[in-house]
Amino acid sequence: MIFEDPVMASRFLTLMTLTFHIIYATIGVGIPLFIIIAHWLGIRKNDEHYIYMARRWSRGYLVTVAVGVVTGTIIGLQLSLLWPRFMELAGQIIALPLFMETFAFFFEAIFLGIYAYTWDRFDNQKKHFLLLIPVAIGGGMSAFFITIVNSFMNAPAGFDLVNGELVNANPIAAMFNPAMPTKVFHVVVSSYMTAAFVLASIAAYRLLKGSRHSYHKKALYLTMKIGLIFAIATAINGDFSGKYLAAYQPEKLAAAEWHFETDDYAPLLMYGILDEDQEVKYAIKVPYMLSILGFGNPAAEVIGLNDFPEEETPPLIVHYFFDSMVTIGSFMIILALIYWIGIKRGWTFVKSRIYRWLIVLGGPLSILAIEFGWWMAEVGRQPWILRGIMTVEEAATTSDYVNVMIILFALLYLILGVGTVVVLRRIFKNNPVEKELKAVEQGDDQA
Amino acid sequence: MSLEILGIAVLWTFLFGYVIIGSIDYGAGFFNAYSIITGKQHILSKIIQQYLSPVWEITNVFFVFFFVGIVGFFPQTAYYIGTIFLIPGSIGLILLAIRGSYYAFETYSSKGHKGYAFMYGLTGLLIPASLSTVLAISEGGFVYLEEGNPVLDYWELFTSPVSWSIVALSIVAVLYISSVFLTWYANQTGDEDATNLMRKYALIWAVPLIITAVGIVYELSFHNTEHYNRLTDLWWMFGLSFILWALTVWLLWKKRNYGTAVWLLFGQFALAFYGYGISHYPYLLYPHLTIYEGFTNQAMAISLVIVFILGLALLVPSLYLVLKLFLFDKDYVQGKKNKG
Repeated sequence: MIFEDPVMASRFLTLMTLTFHIIYATIGVGIPLFIIIAHWLGIRKNDEHYIYMARRWSRGYLVTVAVGVVTGTIIGLQLSLLWPRFMELAGQIIALPLFMETFAFFFEAIFLGIYAYTWDRFDNQKKHFLLLIPVAIGGGMSAFFITIVNSFMNAPAGFDLVNGELVNANPIAAMFNPAMPTKVFHVVVSSYMTAAFVLASIAAYRLLKGSRHSYHKKALYLTMKIGLIFAIATAINGDFSGKYLAAYQPEKLAAAEWHFETDDYAPLLMYGILDEDQEVKYAIKVPYMLSILGFGNPAAEVIGLNDFPEEETPPLIVHYFFDSMVTIGSFMIILALIYWIGIKRGWTFVKSRIYRWLIVLGGPLSILAIEFGWWMAEVGRQPWILRGIMTVEEAATTSDYVNVMIILFALLYLILGVGTVVVLRRIFKNNPVEKELKAVEQGDDQA
Repeated sequence: MSLEILGIAVLWTFLFGYVIIGSIDYGAGFFNAYSIITGKQHILSKIIQQYLSPVWEITNVFFVFFFVGIVGFFPQTAYYIGTIFLIPGSIGLILLAIRGSYYAFETYSSKGHKGYAFMYGLTGLLIPASLSTVLAISEGGFVYLEEGNPVLDYWELFTSPVSWSIVALSIVAVLYISSVFLTWYANQTGDEDATNLMRKYALIWAVPLIITAVGIVYELSFHNTEHYNRLTDLWWMFGLSFILWALTVWLLWKKRNYGTAVWLLFGQFALAFYGYGISHYPYLLYPHLTIYEGFTNQAMAISLVIVFILGLALLVPSLYLVLKLFLFDKDYVQGKKNKG
């Protein structure tokens, strides 16, 4: 991809870096919770399987964290390299959460290092378990703070601009901006949801590949159950996000829903395509639903895109992102719910090959949903980098060499992506659970 | 002390932390690769891996701290340095990424890949070189304004003896710091061969270190006279630094008190590093940006300082725990307790 203009080139490079980074970041935030749960269950039930689960997950987790750290460092510095004007302004008002994020990350890094290298150094598993708490807190907090930075970009607050000069800076008010609660909650719970379904996907895959070990069955049941809880939480929060958008970023909601005319009793459009004349075709219309989504009231008026100046409306492609994200989310809730009920009631089809393949699919799909969600959130606030204050055009670097950097970074991400897959396979494929657990096997029930 | 000075002192301290632990890390990677080429892998690789694996992420965080901190305290640097640093910064990032992924791809998966180990060693020299160009740039003379936007004059930068002497010092310093530290560490593990080898490297790099350091001062006397004069005003700091260097080398030569040698090394670099930093005052980017022009608003500065103090209260005990577990635990260091 070669761009004439440094603005487009900077946008593309940022998109590329973030798209790659959030895969690792999401896993990085989500997985520690499951390591904690497994380790804790292992101690409480005195079941070696769960301890091994924690151990194996943390081994894979270290690899993804390493790449996450690397790509996170890249995006951290790229913000200044590609968007110098933005960081100059934002640095005066949003540096606090950015700074706190590095502390949270430091905290996580320290204890993760200790946890990973001290499996044999504590006689008491409980002491070793305690090290995980700061890891999970650090991971959660860094998601919390960095999402605050992003929500500030969507809903700048905590300062006044007088003749282009920033005055009355209030860093705390900037952090607690209107977009913060829904965004932070959505990011954190969807990370837990994604991590759950990724782990479930691995367990289901091992079972499909002929392993009949109860380790995988325990892992599958555990992750699907917790995944279900977080998937439902994500969906509920999605509803709050809709209400936030209607109140504070109506142009994003209108673009996501292809809602052109301001109207009450507004319907929700699902799927469909947009032809050259901006006419919506083949869409499923759910009456009143957009008014309900936006305001919780079927009669509410929803502002249409036509009421915004054309240069301030986001690209209409975000509709596809929105639909894909919601569809995957709903699919995962149904899949996990049926699985959970099925196990409770003894339905055999949830153990069938086809159902397990669907679970395998669930992991990559959830990651895809994360990508769609971020693309919708970020592309949906075009043309702004700071909504209502600074456009991406004003913020981008004036340097001419961004194109070359795109090629270099694309190569790097390719190497890192392929490397992750190769290394994870090498770690786990040659060390199946059966082999590792043999030593501690005590007449296991092949449940 | 004004908030500006406090801010830059905090950042300079983080940068110092990064320079020291980063150097150990970079140099270790280089010596690791070098030992593979020269067939001495069996002597060095084990102690290097044992030291590096648990701490590499922490090293990286010091770097992140510095650049997030500087944007926080001095937002205008994001604009100036961000605009002109695109290429050296991006190259540095890519090298850092290769390096970081080495841990993920090699250390955690037990099976070594020679090509990757070489890349890893090479980045140990290239990263300090690419990142240290920012120090050259901040000396002034390489940046001009075009339509109000700063532009970096690459030709000027690449042909300047100042930038090359800074690059040379950064590389030599990495090798020296790392070899002194690893001499001590290898000695702790009781590994005599590794100790002797690292001691040899430390002695080899000791003299070039002083030569390159003097070279920078000499080049600066032409390039930036103002800075040169401020440097010479602080001659006593550099003098003390030199004495500490001499003591370190003497201890290494006499093969004793390696622990003291490491502390002297830290002292030597601290004096030189802060001496250089103080003499740079008040400029961040000579002559375009001073710490007073670029400073953030009062409210942000105060909240950053508060968070910084709270953060340290959290970090210092945690770092102490890491040191206690991985550096000062005799059983771990001697390899009796292994990684998981």
